[in-house]
Order: sequence, then structure tokens, then C-alpha cells
Amino acid sequence: MHGLQSLLLVSVLVFVACVALARPFPNEEEPVRESPQRVVSMNVCTDQLVMMLADSDQLLSVSHLAHDPRVSAMVREAENYRINRGLAEEIYLMAPDLVVAGRYSTQATVSMLERLGIPVVVFEPANRLADVPKRIRQLGKVLGRESRAADVIKAYKRDLATLRAKPRQRPRAALYYANGYTSGDKSLAGEIVDAAGFINIAAEKGYGAGSMKLMPLEVLALSNPSIIITGQKYPGSSRAEDILDHPVVNTLRRGRGAGSVTDRDWLCGTPHVLQAVRELNQVHFRHRGVHP
Amino acid sequence: MRLTAVLIMGTIALFVTSLLIGPAAVGPGESITALVSGDGGALTLVMREIRLPRALLALMIGASLGLAGAAMQGYLRNPLAEPGLIGVSGSAALGAVLAIQTGLAASFVLGLPLAALISAMAGVALLLLLAGPHGSSLTLILAGIAISALAAALTSLVLNLSPNPFAANEIVFWMMGSLADRSMTHVWLALPFMLVGLLCLAGLGRGLDALTLGEDAAAAMGIRLMQIRYLLIFGTAAVVGAGTAVAGAIGFVGLVVPHILRPLVGARPSLLLWASALGGAIMLLAADIAVRVILPSQDLKLGVLTALLGAPLFLHLIVKTRRELA
Repeated sequence: MHGLQSLLLVSVLVFVACVALARPFPNEEEPVRESPQRVVSMNVCTDQLVMMLADSDQLLSVSHLAHDPRVSAMVREAENYRINRGLAEEIYLMAPDLVVAGRYSTQATVSMLERLGIPVVVFEPANRLADVPKRIRQLGKVLGRESRAADVIKAYKRDLATLRAKPRQRPRAALYYANGYTSGDKSLAGEIVDAAGFINIAAEKGYGAGSMKLMPLEVLALSNPSIIITGQKYPGSSRAEDILDHPVVNTLRRGRGAGSVTDRDWLCGTPHVLQAVRELNQVHFRHRGVHP
Repeated sequence: MRLTAVLIMGTIALFVTSLLIGPAAVGPGESITALVSGDGGALTLVMREIRLPRALLALMIGASLGLAGAAMQGYLRNPLAEPGLIGVSGSAALGAVLAIQTGLAASFVLGLPLAALISAMAGVALLLLLAGPHGSSLTLILAGIAISALAAALTSLVLNLSPNPFAANEIVFWMMGSLADRSMTHVWLALPFMLVGLLCLAGLGRGLDALTLGEDAAAAMGIRLMQIRYLLIFGTAAVVGAGTAVAGAIGFVGLVVPHILRPLVGARPSLLLWASALGGAIMLLAADIAVRVILPSQDLKLGVLTALLGAPLFLHLIVKTRRELA
């Protein structure tokens, strides 16, 4: 009986000790006084923003996707940094003094790093063109590079204003991605289409806000767009991407304008979205050439 | 005869219904006119390139699965034999996935269905080898589970190894099957293999009838058992392989349909073959209509519905088999 009681007591003590240890380390309420000198970014979108804003020796590592030319517009710059695959262990061993993550970075990794006492700043994805300057300003503050951020924002706003098309007629365009997804008008892709001088048919069909909305092939066919802008294809094959070569989509392409999404310019809310607008402007010019 | 008439009427009614259902709300008269007249407008495109192939594939694949189930059950004299459950569909899916990921499907027109056919044939042959010609329920199901599990694991492995970011998400499609966004290309790809397979399986009627008396009696009646075996392997692999290559593995059709129809045809395997082909078409057409009515905005997989119908029946069959063995 005595043995059982002491065993119980020991288990309770062990339990209490575990709970105490499992609590996150107190964060000492330390505001980033000096600018961080060992920054690790674990999201392809923050990777590019950090590379644009950071001082040359401030950034330590970017995510592996930053090296993938299909999703990253800054592959050459990324070669100067170590890569990480977003695993808590490897990032901790780099001894960063700031980790920059995206909202969709692995939540388990982010909370693990926070428990280990590493400051993590999580960035929301940009869902509108107007979000881009906000993210740049936010990151500039975190990195202690406010003046650089202000310059980038100024250039972005100026270029966007120049590029923003004000055509007399706005052709109707459809965005169509793998698995039959489209983007509504209140989304980054939808605003790129709008900035290039097109009407996005997804909005007409009631797919309003949101970057990933399922639009059945039948609805696409009957909406009869003048321009079809299809998603980027990746190596290897997938049934998901087959839909971009479906006879219906091919018929819509034939004899009309067609464009293609390049994920590296369309995916992230960085100033590279201007390149996407620029390319769509070309599609717009060609369309006017064909149908004066 | 009455049964045949009912089944044919049912198939036609569901085929037409399938043509009239879709996310684009268009009146039935308008739809059919656009399908038949072909004015080159957007609606004709929708009817001819989206809805017609979908209805045709449901008809063809349903008939194939029903026929293959009836043939396998007749040959093995075991009501649990079904292409989906015993790994034939899974093997076919593996072949199809390999053909797509290696680029064979893109470089050679018939690469996709051929690879699925060969892989399905390997699956059936392995099953008959493991389960033996008499196919006791236990060995048949065990061998089927082993082949299904292996094929599913390899399919998942191949899709996970693919450099394509969408590929790994398609495991669900290959395991559950769907007819969403197929085109006439897929119909033409599957049709020749299905016709050959249907001819092979249709010729089995007399042999299967004789086999109900036992193998010795059948042999004495001049039935060549080896020939039946090869026709069954090839025919099943051809119809299931072609169907799976374009629509993924759809389970339980070949189990449910022969089970329901068997008492109605006096348990004669030769009659059951044809009845099951029509019944399978009815079941798959109905399931494909249901997935579009229940969740019009999402691609609900066909296998979800067929399994919801089939799994309880499967349990019932196992309980019944156990009672007979006891």
C-alpha cells in the first residue's frame, strides 16, 4: 500500500514537472531593438520579399522553393543563401535571430520554433494588389530596413499606376487552373487580370472573392470568354492538369486570345506581380490587333 | 424477357437523364437539340464534349464491371469475387499511373489503356494462382486483399515520387474513381479494349453454365477449362483495365449487381452475364447522376457511393457464407 502511494506521488510529480517544462519559454517581452542579423525565411513569398529588402549580410537562409524557377522569380539571388526545407530542427541549428514564415507554413514547425525561444514573424498572404505595399512595409519594420522598404513601395506604386490599363473596351477573360479552379475578382490573380484591362468572367458568374474557386468546365464553356488564361503546367503528369488540354478548353483557345499564368509572378504578393500585369498587357494588345 | 426489357428501358432512361444533368442550368429540350443538331455553339460543345462522354463512359464502365463481376463469380463459383475487391481494378490503376508518370501515355496513343490492361492481367493471373482454380472464399479474399494492398501502396508511391505537385493528390481519384471532366478522347481510348473484353466474356456463358455442375462434369461435357480460364483473365483485364485507365478504380459494382440479379435469372450464369452488364450500366449511371445531384459544386468520387451501397451487402454476403460453411 505504501509502495503504491509513493508510486502515485512520483507520477504526479513527474506529470507536474512535464507540464511545467512543456510550457513555452517566457519570451522576455523583448522588442526587436536592433535589427536582426541572422534571418531565416521559410516561405517562398517571404523569401523574395526578404531578399529584396534585407541588407546583404542580414539574410541567412531561404526556403528550397526559392530555387525553383517555376515558383520563384528570384532564383539567381537565392543562390547566395543556404536553403531550408522548413523543418524545425534544421532551422534551429542555423541559430537564427529571426524567422519569417507565411500563414501556410507548417504550423507545427512555427510553434516548435517559438517554444525554443526563436522570434517568428508570420506573414499573411497578399490577397489584393493593395496588400503588397502593406507586407513590404511590415517586413521593412521587422528587418529594420524601413527606408529600403519605402523605396520599393514607391517604385511598385509608380509602376503599377503606369501599367494599369485604361482601355476603352475591356475583353472578358477567364482564369482557369488545374482541377478546374478559377480566381474571383477580389483576389491577387483577379486583380492582376483587372489591372491588365480585362473583365474576369468568374466575377460575372458569382465566384466573387477568393483565389481558388471551382468552376465546372460547362460553366466555362457557356460563359464564352474572349481570352482564356490557363494555369502553369508542372513536369511529370497529372490528371489535374489534363483539364487544361480538354477539347472544350482547346476550342476556347482557338481563334481567340490565350495567355498563361506563370506562377513565379502570380503566386506571391511581391512587386513581381507587375511582370504578370506586363505580360497580360501584351495579350490585351494582341487581342485588339486581332479584333480591332 | 420481361427482365431484359426492364433493364434496357432503365439503362436508356438513366442515360438520357445523365445527359440532362450538369452545373450549367439548361432546359432538357434545348440540351437535346444542341446535342443532335450541332450548331457549333457553346451548348453543343458542352453536350458533345462534356456530357455525352460522361454518360457514355458511365454506361460502358458500368456494363464492364457488372459483366466482369458476373463472369468471375461464375467461374470461381464464389459470390465474393469482384474486380474491385480482389485487386484487379487496383492493379489496373497501378499500370495506368505508371504509364502516365513515365510519359508512355503521352508518347503513344494506346499506351495508357495497354499498360492498365497488362497490369490488370498480371493482377488476375496472380489472384487465380494464389487462390487456386477452386477459389475457396478465404484464399480468394486473402489473395485479393494482398494484391489490392500492394497495388494501392505502389500507386501511392509512384504518385508521391512524381515531380508534379498535383500528382500526390490524385491518389483519391485512382482509388475511388470519377467521371468528371472526361472527354470523347477517353471514350475512344477505352472503347476498343472494352469491346474485345466484352466479346471474350460474353463467350463464356455455356462454359460457366456447365461449371455449375462441377469441373469434372463440365470437362465431360466437352468444356475446355483452360480456354475458359484464359478468356476470363484476358476479358476481365481488358474491360476493367480500360475502364480504370480513364475513370479510376470503381469498386463494388461487380459485387452488388450480380447479387441482386441472380435470383431473377434463375441463377443461370449465362443469363446473369447479360443481365449484369445492363445492371452495372444502370448502377453506375445512377451513381454518377447522384454525385452530381448531391454535391454539384464538388467532384464527389463515384467509389464513395458504390462503396456505401456495396459494403453492407459485402458484410451480408460474408455472414451468409459463414453460415453455409458452418
